[in-house]
Amino acid sequence: MKKTLALAVTAAFLATPAFAADVKIGVLLGFTGPIESLTPDMASGAELAMKEASESGAFMGGSKIISVRGDSTCVDAAAATATAERLITADGVSAIMGADCSGVTTAVLQNVALAKGVVMISPSATSPALSTVEDNGLFFRTSPSDARQGQVLAEILKEKGVKLAAISYTNNDYGKGLAASIQSNFEDLGGKVTISTSHEDGKGDYGAEVAALAQAGGDVLIVAGYLDQGGKGVIQASIDAGAFDVFVLPDGMIGDSLPAAIGKDLNGSYGTLPGTDSAGAAKFNGLATAAGFKPGPYAPQSYDAAALMILAMQASSSSDSLKFKTKITDVANLPGEKIYPGELAKALKILASGGDVDYVGATDVELIGPGESAGAFQEIMIKDQKITPVRYR
Amino acid sequence: MEMLLNPLVLLANFVLVPGLAYGSQLALGALGVTMVYAVLNFSNFSHGEVMSFGAMITILSTYWLKSIGLSISPLPTALLALPLGILGTIGLCLLLDRLVFRFYRHQRASSVTYLIVSIGVMFVIGGVIRFVIGPNDRNFNDGDRFLLKAREFKEISGLSEGLAIKSSQAITVFTAVIVVAAIFWFLNRTRTGKSMRAYADNQDLALLSGINPDRVVSITWIITAGLAAVAGTLYGLDKSYKPLVYLHLVLPIFAAAIVGGVGNPLGAIVGGFVIAFSELLLTFAYKKVAAYLFGEGLFGDGLLQILSTDYKFAVSFMILVVVLLIKPTGIFSGKSL
Repeated sequence: MKKTLALAVTAAFLATPAFAADVKIGVLLGFTGPIESLTPDMASGAELAMKEASESGAFMGGSKIISVRGDSTCVDAAAATATAERLITADGVSAIMGADCSGVTTAVLQNVALAKGVVMISPSATSPALSTVEDNGLFFRTSPSDARQGQVLAEILKEKGVKLAAISYTNNDYGKGLAASIQSNFEDLGGKVTISTSHEDGKGDYGAEVAALAQAGGDVLIVAGYLDQGGKGVIQASIDAGAFDVFVLPDGMIGDSLPAAIGKDLNGSYGTLPGTDSAGAAKFNGLATAAGFKPGPYAPQSYDAAALMILAMQASSSSDSLKFKTKITDVANLPGEKIYPGELAKALKILASGGDVDYVGATDVELIGPGESAGAFQEIMIKDQKITPVRYR
Repeated sequence: MEMLLNPLVLLANFVLVPGLAYGSQLALGALGVTMVYAVLNFSNFSHGEVMSFGAMITILSTYWLKSIGLSISPLPTALLALPLGILGTIGLCLLLDRLVFRFYRHQRASSVTYLIVSIGVMFVIGGVIRFVIGPNDRNFNDGDRFLLKAREFKEISGLSEGLAIKSSQAITVFTAVIVVAAIFWFLNRTRTGKSMRAYADNQDLALLSGINPDRVVSITWIITAGLAAVAGTLYGLDKSYKPLVYLHLVLPIFAAAIVGGVGNPLGAIVGGFVIAFSELLLTFAYKKVAAYLFGEGLFGDGLLQILSTDYKFAVSFMILVVVLLIKPTGIFSGKSL
């Protein structure tokens, strides 16, 4: 009995080659919950980068990268924390691509990632609070802070000649932070916010909320919420009651399911989401279409988040978070050879030979300050029930 | 004249019309709760999920009817599918009674036991619903969306405020009136209805006068199921069908039943409207109304809102507490809780 056990243990050790061990990366996104229509494409984006690196054969002496998906739910901090815990302890991931929404990202960072010393790169957590949170250099994001989005939105409002605006935000870190940022920037530019009030997600009826917003009035209603949740409910109720005609849609509200659900009444509304018109974006779109998924909102950021982890691991020749965390900013910024989507193999070879890379990626990644993207935004308009890009800022 | 009409239209648009529709939905729900309480003597917390179940069967039937090309445009197809929803819900309620509630009835279980049992049943039905149709939001209203659009109203009347009436709101109120009239006629005019009221008043005496209790119980469940299916479908049509919402809806429904006087059908209806209108009136911002009546700027920049809309659900509880303190039997004396 003892002998067989010993044999089995030896066999298990022999089966795992000592070199080229596989590296696991967790993909922690809200596959259920208020942004569930966006997350499949985001996960595909991240996994595309992992596949590219694995297939190149150049990643850490031919290692493969395995993606382990976990559900962050976007809103339930306890569930997200438990999932992250599982990813790290049970699945043994070396780093986490995620989480998605600001609230759960903060919770996972503080309760799990810090304690276990695991790097997190979020593609979509945009709360300004995450810029100042204590992270021991473990947390990065490929999306810009909402402080910047508020500025861009306020400029758009001013250009459109909007003087009075009402704000309805989802009652969480993301909504509050964004609403405050929009309000302060808009007021600095001479506009006036008539009312800024929260809505709860997951309710059936938003009539009372809309009644209050309508009484305060405004040229437009800024809805800092989620497109599959309360945000949609508020817009629908506003249209039903004839309270507002034009809606301003920040990033959480932009997705094809919104114009599909609301119909032609949404035409003429406008908004912003992170994005660039760089050569990288076009390349990523081509790669995504070829891989069979849509380059939807935050899918490029997810690709970049995964790519940054992979390159940093290569640069430090280690999948240990505490070792490669210092390399993330190095591979993202100057100096070095510019790397676009689809060129990960080239980057891995340069890094293996001791060279430098400047990862540009799908979203013009440039990490500033506490490890967040400097932020290029795309202004969009809803035309003929389609999301149409207007320009880049 | 316009000075008076504008604020009136404003209130009608944001309080009266939505309040009538929401009140009707609550009243139908509360009527079901109150019937079970009167005849079977327990608070049925699973009523919300039964409503959700009825709406789910109606939605599935709507999809089926649409797939074979039947519709009654401009009315929503769901109205055509509603009888199937009612039948399905009746089946569910009779099955639940046979499997669960009959056992406790024969045990003569206390009302607290019943209450806990009904909470268990609530979770089971909720699980079944999520298993069958999933937790997603579903919009199954395929009819014309508006009877009157806010912009059209402005053009016709020349007022600066608009009044919108959704067709689902009109259908809700219309259906509720018919259903309530039918229930009252049944309870007061038919022999079966009278035997139910007798059974509710005094079970032992009713048994002695030859009333078959099993029959009364079955009929109560059939009526309750019908009411639940109608209320659930109307709520889903007017808002949108989201299974989790019905769990939250149980609270205002119970508040309505208790405020009106639990066990009293008329009280349930009045209670439904009291709850609906207080929720809306207490969380409404009167800024514009005041501006029309007393001129701009008299009250500064304030919204003139009594309670923030975050406290919408709390309103039903405040009323509940006040009523239970002052008149524990409710507005129309029902059974004391």
